[in-house]
This record gives sequence, structure tokens and C-alpha cells, in this order.
Amino acid sequence: MIRLKDVHKTYVNGTHALNGVSFQVDDGDFAFLVGPSGSGKSTIIKLLTGEIVPDRGRVMVNGFSVSNIREWQIPLMRRTVGVIFQDFRLIQNKTVYDNLALAMRAVGASRATVQERIPYVLELVGLRGKEKSFPDQLSGGEQQRVAIARALVNNPITIVADEPTGNLDPAMSLEIMTLLERINALGTTVIVVTHERELVNHFRKRVILLDRGTVIGDGVGTYEVEA
Amino acid sequence: MKNIGYFFSEGCRNMLTHGFMSFAAVGITVACLLIMGTFSLVAYNANVNLEILQRENAVVAFVDDSLSDQEAQAIESRLAAVPGVADVTFVSRQEARDTYVANYDENGLYSELSANVFRHRYVIHITDQEQMHAIAAAVEDVEGIDKVRADEAITTGFITVRNVAQIISFALIAVLLVVSLFIISNTIKLTTFDRKDEIAIMKVVGATDGFIRWPFVFEGMIFGLVGSVVAFGLQWLLYAAIADGIAGNDTLQLIRIVPFGAIWAPVALFFLVVGMLVGIAGSLMAIHRFLRV
Ligand SMILES: Nc1ncnc2c1ncn2[C@@H]1O[C@H](COP(=O)(O)OP(=O)(O)OP(=O)(O)O)[C@@H](O)[C@H]1O
Ligand SMILES: [Mg+2]
Repeated sequence: MIRLKDVHKTYVNGTHALNGVSFQVDDGDFAFLVGPSGSGKSTIIKLLTGEIVPDRGRVMVNGFSVSNIREWQIPLMRRTVGVIFQDFRLIQNKTVYDNLALAMRAVGASRATVQERIPYVLELVGLRGKEKSFPDQLSGGEQQRVAIARALVNNPITIVADEPTGNLDPAMSLEIMTLLERINALGTTVIVVTHERELVNHFRKRVILLDRGTVIGDGVGTYEVEA
Repeated sequence: MKNIGYFFSEGCRNMLTHGFMSFAAVGITVACLLIMGTFSLVAYNANVNLEILQRENAVVAFVDDSLSDQEAQAIESRLAAVPGVADVTFVSRQEARDTYVANYDENGLYSELSANVFRHRYVIHITDQEQMHAIAAAVEDVEGIDKVRADEAITTGFITVRNVAQIISFALIAVLLVVSLFIISNTIKLTTFDRKDEIAIMKVVGATDGFIRWPFVFEGMIFGLVGSVVAFGLQWLLYAAIADGIAGNDTLQLIRIVPFGAIWAPVALFFLVVGMLVGIAGSLMAIHRFLRV
């Protein structure tokens, strides 16, 4: 479960990125996080991945409290959250297989576990047979699917994606979003940050609308920016 | 630990991605160990020679010829009381003559040699070779002693060699350790820089700092290990060559060189420990700041 309660965050340069944000996403739910540029969406994602800590308020991530977490617990918290970035962040000189293996070995998985898990996850994201390809041999949509596979390999409770379709054309964006919806249907909590209104409206999921660091709308349906 | 094979192979991969820098890091470690080892071994051998001298090199004090036998023997207690004197042995004229004849008379040439040619004497061992000059002077001042023969030149030579080797090795060790630490740490910094994307991903998926650190520690350890093995081999060759050179030289022959076979184990251990420590310290230096992100 993800829960933010009256969260404030001011960056060192004085920018008030979040001014009292509260919302909750239950296990197994799907939520879009939308809002204009600079409204604080990526800041929320960074709080959920433990990259930054809140100045005020509480951030709960799958049982860990980000504001007063012990240093040694941060890796454990991160293992419960799979992260997907706009720019994929694949290792260019590693094959698809090795990119996924890196993520698994990093948390201590044995070679045997890796060999068993990777084909399953690649099948899930529709990349069977691309094990030996390098990222630059794949289309943008395929690369993002590798990144999704990497976020999934360690079986996280939650997947957070910060503009996963920002670098993709509309057709591919729809594919990726559909994949995330399928992953959610299999039981993983999914939180997706996006700008793309048509896409959001197409799926008819819960939409959390941010503006200038506060939540100004939260409900199932469509993404309509208020005047 | 179940991941040790993984850390090791990652460490090797790190090394190979920077072939030239890795070569430089190993090379500098070898050079450091070799120089440290050589000076330490020179100092060690000088010390061994000094200890042998301590046992064998005696001050000989000749008794004034005008003294009677009784008077000559009576000096013994006065000699023993001189500070720095370890033991005193009286050698009579007759004994001195007999020893001389036994040592040098191969053809019976000296069989008629009279004991009167020799003088009563004392063979004195001293506690500290470095004080030989002062002790010899003090012995000479004892009443009834005519003349003292002390072979200072060799002793002084060994002491100088040992002191110089010690000073140089301490100064060099300090400088060289810093240099090799710096080179190793910079080589590993290159790999951390190369792999910063990988490290970032590892952190995102929840790798611990310890886990991220290990391959780099292994890389440093391998530098240290390879460096110490190569240095040990070269040290062995160098030592053997120098020992042969000294044994084959007429004037230098009296220097005793401890055979390498007798000291290889401590030398190997020293190289291994210093090499590994430098390697590990270098890698920790390289990744220390990196992980604080
Ligand atoms: N590291 C930082 N240091 C200082 N200010 C920052 C930092 N990161 C973000 N900000 C500022 O905080 C505010 C919120 O930024 P954030 O990245 O969360 O917005 P966003 O909703 O993700 O925007 P976009 O849709 O453009 O990605 C912005 O004003 C931004 O300039
Ligand atoms: Mg953003």
C-alpha cells in the first residue's frame, strides 16, 4: 500500500514542489498521476523510490515509512517497488537478458533463479526471443518493455512509472499502457505518471490530478484540467 | 558467501575493461613491493651480519710485556668491569702460539716458533658492535694493557648499510604506498565511472551498498594479489642474482647472505599482506564517495 499524508517537500533551492499532498493507493489498484509540468509528479515518484525524503508529513511505501526509515532498510523498501523511467535507463552494452540478470543478481538472486525467471518475464512483456538483443537493436517500445520486465523481475508489490510513454509514438504508448494494465490485472499495484490525456481517458482508471504541489482532483474517470 | 563467485567475476571484468590502467596499477604495486622488499632485505642481511659479528668479532687486548704472568692474569677482572664488555677470555702466549701454528703451519715450517714472539692477550666480546670504538678505547685505558686491536671497519660498514637501508626503506615505503594507493584508487574510480549507470540501476532495484561495493573490492584485491605474486617472483630472481654476485666477488665474500630459501615465507607473506591491503584500501577510497549518492 502507498499512502501520502500531508506531504511537504521544498528543494534546497527553495522551490516548493509539494504543499500538503495526501492520497492512498491500495494494493492491487491502478492510478494515473497527472498534472501540468512542474506540479510535483516526479517529486512524488522520487519519494516513493526513497530517492528523497519529505520535509513534513508521512510517506508510507509497502509498510516502510520513508520519513524515518533506517538507512539499512532503504534497499529492502526499494525491492518492493519496481521503477520505470521515461528514458528506459537500460545498460547499452548489455543484452536484454543481462540487463534483467543485473537487476536480479543485484538483490542476491542465484544464477539458477535468474535462468528460471527471465524467460517467464520476457514472455509476459511480449519479448520472447529477444534475450540476446542489445538495447540499440530494439525499437523504443521494445526497450520500454525491457525496462518493464526489469521492474518486474524481482516481483515487486508496486510498479511506479514516470512518463513511461513520453518518448514513444501514440501506437506504442497504447501498447505500453495496455501492458501495464495487464500487469496490474495480475496483482501488482501500478502508479503511472503521464501527460497524455487521450491515453488516460481511454483507460477509465483512477486519476489523481496535481497542480502546484497539491491534489486538486481524485476520482475514477477522465483527465480534465480545471480552469 | 554464495555471491563470492559473482563478485570475483565482476571484479575481473572491471579490470579487463581498463586494460592499460589495470596494467599500470599492477605495475606500480609490483615496483613498490620490489623496492620495499629489496631495501628491507638489505637491512635484514646487514643486521644478520652484525649479529654474527657480535658473536665472532672480538676486540683483542695485548698485555704489556713487562708484566709477569700473574700480573697479566690479574687484569681480567678489571677488563670485565669495563662497560659494554660481554665476556673476557685470557689467552696465554703459549696458547696463542699453538693456535697460530695450528692455523697456519701447513708444512711444519713454524714448528720451532717460540712462544716469546707472542704476547699474553685477552679476547673480549662486546655487547654492542656500534660501541666498538668507545669500548676499545676504554679497554686500552686499563692499566697493564699495551695495545688493542679492534676491527672497526667491517662493523662500521654494516652499520652504515643497515641504517641507510632502513632510512631509505621507511621514506620510500611511505611515498610508494601513497603512490600505489593513488593509482589503484584512480583505476577503480574509472571503472566506477564507467559503470555508474549500472550502479544507479542496482540501487534502484534495492542492492545494498555492501553488495555494490564488493566487485570493486575484489578488483582492488586482484590488483594487490597479482602485484604481490609478480613482485615476489622478481624479488626472488633479484635476490638470487645479488647473492651470486656477492659470493663470486673476492672482497665481498665475507658478507654473509641469508639464502632466499630460508626467508621466502615471511617475504611472501609480507608481499601478500601489503599488496592486498593497498588494493583493498585503494578500492574503498575509490568507491567511498560514490556510494554516498
Ligand atoms: N532537484 C531539484 N532541485 C530543485 N528544484 C527541483 C528539483 N526537482 C524538481 N524541482 C522543482 O520542483 C517542482 C516540481 O518538479 P517535478 O519534477 O516534481 O515536476 P513534474 O510534475 O514531474 O513536472 P514534469 O511534468 O515537467 O516532469 C518544479 O518546479 C521543479 O522545477
Ligand atoms: Mg516529471
